[in-house]
Amino acid sequence: MSATASSVSVLTSAKSAPVARREPTPPHKREASVGWQDALFEKTTLFFALFVLALLIAIIGSLVYGAIPALSTFGPKFFVTDVWNPVTKQFGALAPIYGTLVTSAIALLIGIPVSFGIALFLTEMCPPILKRPLGTAVELLAAVPSIIYGMWGLFVFAPIFGDTVQPALQNTLGRVWLIGDLFQGAPNGIGMLAAGFILSIMVIPFIASVMRDVFEIVPPVLKESAYGIGCTTWEVVWNVVLPYTKVGVIGGIMLGLGRALGETMAVTFVIGNAYRISTSLFAPGNSIASALANEFNEASDPVHLSSLITLGLILFMLTFIVLACSRLLLAQLAKGEGQAT
Amino acid sequence: MADSSLLYRRRIWVNRWNLAMSLLTMAFGMSFLIWILITLFARGFEALSPALFTQMTPPPGSDGGLANAIFGSFFMVAVATLISTPIGILAGIYLAEFGKNGTVASLTRFINDILLSAPSIVIGLFIYTVVVARVHHFSGWAGSMALALLAIPVVVRTTENMLRLVPNSLREAAIALGAPMWKVILMVTLKAVRAGVITGVLLAVARVSGETAPLLFTALNNQFWNSDMNAPMANLPVVIFQFAASPFVEWQHLAWAGALLITLAVLALNISARVLFRQSVPK
Repeated sequence: MSATASSVSVLTSAKSAPVARREPTPPHKREASVGWQDALFEKTTLFFALFVLALLIAIIGSLVYGAIPALSTFGPKFFVTDVWNPVTKQFGALAPIYGTLVTSAIALLIGIPVSFGIALFLTEMCPPILKRPLGTAVELLAAVPSIIYGMWGLFVFAPIFGDTVQPALQNTLGRVWLIGDLFQGAPNGIGMLAAGFILSIMVIPFIASVMRDVFEIVPPVLKESAYGIGCTTWEVVWNVVLPYTKVGVIGGIMLGLGRALGETMAVTFVIGNAYRISTSLFAPGNSIASALANEFNEASDPVHLSSLITLGLILFMLTFIVLACSRLLLAQLAKGEGQAT
Repeated sequence: MADSSLLYRRRIWVNRWNLAMSLLTMAFGMSFLIWILITLFARGFEALSPALFTQMTPPPGSDGGLANAIFGSFFMVAVATLISTPIGILAGIYLAEFGKNGTVASLTRFINDILLSAPSIVIGLFIYTVVVARVHHFSGWAGSMALALLAIPVVVRTTENMLRLVPNSLREAAIALGAPMWKVILMVTLKAVRAGVITGVLLAVARVSGETAPLLFTALNNQFWNSDMNAPMANLPVVIFQFAASPFVEWQHLAWAGALLITLAVLALNISARVLFRQSVPK
């Protein structure tokens, strides 16, 4: 009796079971709640990603806003005037722009060949056991705070530079027609050449590590076939590795340039802080960043303050363009990785 | 015959010359690192003393220490790290796990890479115009914010790079067990690359603790012990800047001691971050 009843109940439950399965409520509920949590999590992370974007817009916006008084006072003349006089309230950005460009150019002129040599050494010549420590040591050059470069530059490097390197330059290159003017004046160690030289040491680690990284993505087959037909190491690097990686190398150089343009403390110590455009590289000058570091806290006049903020805006736009080019070039290389150039 | 052997020899010598030059450039780069370190030790070491850690920055012409500056630097960097780490990690998660190659993510990645190398003095200027100029006084908060803005791009970059190293099979395994996405990310993928993310945070700390330019217009300086984030705060880099450029011998000594301290701290952070990273990269 009970057996039949139970078998009936089994039957009925078996019959009703498919009906119950058609509504799998617990998983549904769970999915809904999880979907809500996931959406919240995704939106949160999106919010902070957008925060980075907003940061850029806010930086540009605030600088443009701060620059309005100066730009409305001086107009486009601001960019081509080389007067900077807080007393008469006449301001023009030409001298700091000139100083920034000249010091960065010197930095690249010295930094590019040296970085190339270091990257060549690290990828082709270095015994494997030294590769890592030496690579790290080069990167540590970038880790030294820039104020340390400034102090060392002012107290240790500049006196030696002024006593030995500058007179030597004056006696050799200084006598050469056309470029001789660049090396005139008192060799006191401080000035645009010294600032450019110290900048070059600061950008070397950035350029060298990009160069090393892109040299290492060259397919070994390419290099081996060049070695196979009898090329020397130098010929392989110059004719195979460099053409294959040229986009990345230029990207690395632009990255270094971006760093050099905005470098502040090291330049502030050694550039000499003078609003002057002179042909001699021995002369003191001013870069945008050093002008800001030296004057910003002392500026009380609104037009003076606004002129300094305009300088900051110019610097930011300059580095933005350079760094954007650098990123686009490096991205292009990453995309073309493994393809023939 | 003679021609070809001449060419052959020329190629050999060009090769030797250029490789020798390459070796020289390496030596050139290293010599500056060594020169700077030797200078720091030679000049900073003699100024090191217990007073450095116990006394305040002195007025011109008298002895003192750097206690308030060391504390201020430490405090502001700590606050900056607390602000920037969660923001950086969450933005990095978005780039690696959600946005991937979409428009928003690509644009964010691009901008982040630019901010990574943007001049730090402009960041200081930005915080000055939006914070200091509004509240009309310099403050530790403003300094911390400027440092945090410099640290965020570093954390975003390393977090994204690390998360991309996680094999998809790990994510799939976690999803197959029924874990929701946020749990998969926070408790599986992020956990798998924990050491790498910590490396990124350490590198960010190393970068911001030596920064001077963004603090000049934000935290400024303070001659006294101060733990109030709303007031100007002493910090090592700005003290070094002011003291090094001064004509007072005592100040210059302190500047060298501070320079030694800060360089050792930054280099130690850098090296430990690298060692930690090497031990932790998922193979």
